Amino acid sequence: MNKPAKTSLVGRPAPLVDGIEKVTGKAKFTGDLNTHDALVGRILRSPVSHGRILGIDTTHAEALDGVEAVITGKDCNKTYGVIPIAMNEYPMARDRVRYRGEPVAAVAARDAETAAKALDLIELDIEELTACYTPTESRAADAPLLHDNKPGNLEREVHHTFGSTTDGFAGADLIREETFDCAEINHAQMEPHAALAEYDAERDRLTLHSVTQVPFYVHLTLARCLDMDSSKIQVVKPFVGGGFGARTETLNFEIVTALLAHRTGGKVMMQLSREETFLTHRGRPNTQVKLKIGLAKTGKITAVDCEVLMSGGAYAGYGLVTILYAGALLQGLYDITNIKYDGYRVYTNHPPCGAMRGHGTVDVRHSFEAILDRMARDLNLDPFTVRRANLLQAPMFTSNGLMVNSYGLDECLDKVEHASDWAKRKGKLGKGHGLGMACSHYVSGAAKPVHWTGEPHAVVSMKLDFDGGITVFTGASDIGQGSSTVVALAAAEVIGIDLARIRIVANDSVVTPKDNGSYSSRVTFMVGNAAIEAARAMRAKLIDAAAELLDTDPDSVECEGESFFVQGSSQSELGFHEVAIAALAKEGTINVKGTFTTPVEAQGGKHRGGAVGSTMGFSYAAQVVEVSVDEDTGQISVDQVWAALDCGFAINPLAVEGQIEGSVWMGMAQGLCEETNYLRGLPTHTNLTDYRFPTIEDSPPIDVQIVESIDPLGPFGAKEAGEGALSGFPPALVNAVADAIGLDANFLPLTPDRVLEALIKLRRAKRRKEANT
Amino acid sequence: MKRIVSLKINGKTVDDVVQDNSLLMDFLRDKQGLTGTKKGCDGGECGACTVLINGHPRLACITLTASCEDQKIETIEGQSKSGRLSALQRAFHENLGAQCGFCTPGMIMAAEALLRKIPNPDIDQIKTALGGNLCRCTGYTKIIKSVQAAAMSGARQ
Repeated sequence: MNKPAKTSLVGRPAPLVDGIEKVTGKAKFTGDLNTHDALVGRILRSPVSHGRILGIDTTHAEALDGVEAVITGKDCNKTYGVIPIAMNEYPMARDRVRYRGEPVAAVAARDAETAAKALDLIELDIEELTACYTPTESRAADAPLLHDNKPGNLEREVHHTFGSTTDGFAGADLIREETFDCAEINHAQMEPHAALAEYDAERDRLTLHSVTQVPFYVHLTLARCLDMDSSKIQVVKPFVGGGFGARTETLNFEIVTALLAHRTGGKVMMQLSREETFLTHRGRPNTQVKLKIGLAKTGKITAVDCEVLMSGGAYAGYGLVTILYAGALLQGLYDITNIKYDGYRVYTNHPPCGAMRGHGTVDVRHSFEAILDRMARDLNLDPFTVRRANLLQAPMFTSNGLMVNSYGLDECLDKVEHASDWAKRKGKLGKGHGLGMACSHYVSGAAKPVHWTGEPHAVVSMKLDFDGGITVFTGASDIGQGSSTVVALAAAEVIGIDLARIRIVANDSVVTPKDNGSYSSRVTFMVGNAAIEAARAMRAKLIDAAAELLDTDPDSVECEGESFFVQGSSQSELGFHEVAIAALAKEGTINVKGTFTTPVEAQGGKHRGGAVGSTMGFSYAAQVVEVSVDEDTGQISVDQVWAALDCGFAINPLAVEGQIEGSVWMGMAQGLCEETNYLRGLPTHTNLTDYRFPTIEDSPPIDVQIVESIDPLGPFGAKEAGEGALSGFPPALVNAVADAIGLDANFLPLTPDRVLEALIKLRRAKRRKEANT
Repeated sequence: MKRIVSLKINGKTVDDVVQDNSLLMDFLRDKQGLTGTKKGCDGGECGACTVLINGHPRLACITLTASCEDQKIETIEGQSKSGRLSALQRAFHENLGAQCGFCTPGMIMAAEALLRKIPNPDIDQIKTALGGNLCRCTGYTKIIKSVQAAAMSGARQ
């Protein structure tokens, strides 16, 4: 679809349609829901990393006054997991526990104090087993198996070759190979996990309110784990305090809360502490990347060989998708013909990893952009020149079958190069100060969802009724990214009415159409397109009614700013109410819908795993980072960031800016300080003081520029905006540090202790070399 | 032990019976239904529960209700008056100072305390005042912009 000629609503900065609720405190998050008649749910967690459950005695807990239910793994023998072929987790452990903090039992009691007491009264008899905490331990020949059907504790391996890397490296003027170690990180969304479940025993109906990004998947999982018909279940998503991927799969506490409600025949509120929210995890795995790149003298990439090892934690979760993404998105950014990828996802006795903003791609992109910069230095080329030597020409398909219809990377490069005054300043800021740059990209929704049902990817429905209001029903989860606002803007724009006439109803499975959820940056593209189609259908009904009133042909009737008129005629205009009344008189309440289905050509290569990474359009980003480094302390401060992102078309430039700033900042947090830490399986980072991320005082100004390449399939030409810029930050940071102090860091995060240690190593190596010559 | 406390919440006098160990956050949320004050951490880490006590920004999650006897408590719910958003609420809304909105009430209350003391703060003063309020969505850039916009609108009035 082309960019609209007249842009009355889309393309202009718009505050969020649910923004007033947020600034007034009226927004109800799950933990804010009325719980006066609810029992308090609490979870008992495994105290060991790996063990065999010999027995769980709940007698004393059950006998405690005020305890309504105590459940254990015995109460649910159904596995769950977001990937249908890799469901290997129970809501509460049965027989085996595989990480410290894994749920083993749960209670529902009249108040928090009683629930806590009941947890203490549960007697756990666990035989501790040898645990594996690192991929090396997991892959050792004598390592205990976490899952009997996974020899070598190998959850999934991937081997893809496109073109010939032998030929590619043979034709290279420069080859460089390095390894990178990127720490595991967590989403640390501001709202801790919570769920409220209510079971109506008389009617056998279950309602769950939860913090989820994927109410549809939660719905299916509840039906499976509670053995209920899905028509008996209602899932509602209230306001959600951030997700970043933490909530893109059903989480154990959601099922446990539902099980407790089912058992008690009542209402149970489960609010996890910050510590438990960290334990639930699903973050970005520790990733070790071994990467070899071949370049011609011009900077053109001749071959890429990449090996990735991920420590996935104790269960599958999204794991196989993560390891596939890591390889697939080596492509789609630059023109690369010869490429080989080997990925290994390994089980360890840590909380399970999952999807996190930039799913699977961030650590690999980090490594890629860091090496590319060093090779530019070796070839005496500017880092921008090397990137420009490898640009794609859209429309095209990459060798692994990814469709690229629009490509604004060249423009992003121009913008940040200019804004940062790169040519004049790079390498000239003096010791301790540096500039670095990097590029990145991300999908606008997975062209094939993990749960493939054949249904449209997105459905939006709309209702016009006697009150003259237009209600838009969407299952898309607004988690703060502004998706409800995109839907409202698209609807108002297409119909030709005021934004205030639109009311959004979202995420209540009883009333809103199915939506896969908010992940892989799919919502603007897919739900936006569905909203446009629904709005067109609504507009057609109104135009028909107006044409009848105006006694003319519908094709000649226009609607703009709530006025219906005949094009090029001086005939009087009709107001919205007049037309709406006429339309309703004809058929009563008007219900229309729109859908979006991904085109087949967008669905990726035919090779095994080829669907992962496939999308309708990629966002593209370039950024420049300026740093100051204190060589005595290893402390890095980021002074300024310039970022440009090609989002196709900015339906709401205000929200696009917010997404770019947020993702750049999150990339900075990963680059500078974020990491989880475990001491023999005991997490030591499970609070917001030990899990460090930058405060407002540590955060730099971010100069944002929006590039609009107008994607042919995107809604108004739009693509994603919320993930693409993230993975460019850590490498731009590392490249800036190299510029500042000559240190090539091959680790994340760049904490002062690590930087200092690397500097000492570098200094010692230099001195030894000098002594030897 | 329980005791009777009397405090002023958003201009209204409230008398209630509370446990000695009752936290102001739980009292506001559970007993007064003022759920705008958020719990984002396990105590004193994130700033989402920031309220004003006699005009000073305080963390409700580490404040005993009993210690607030006769004090003036202000929460996010008291900021909008007669359907009119406060300058900060309007600025956060219009400038996208709130994305997911979970840190927003605490952020606005901390900024409110700042603007009452320093009506035209510079960036460093804004950063210092909000240094204890974590946000995971915005990168803080639009939060700073929102506070500046509110200060500007205050100057115009």
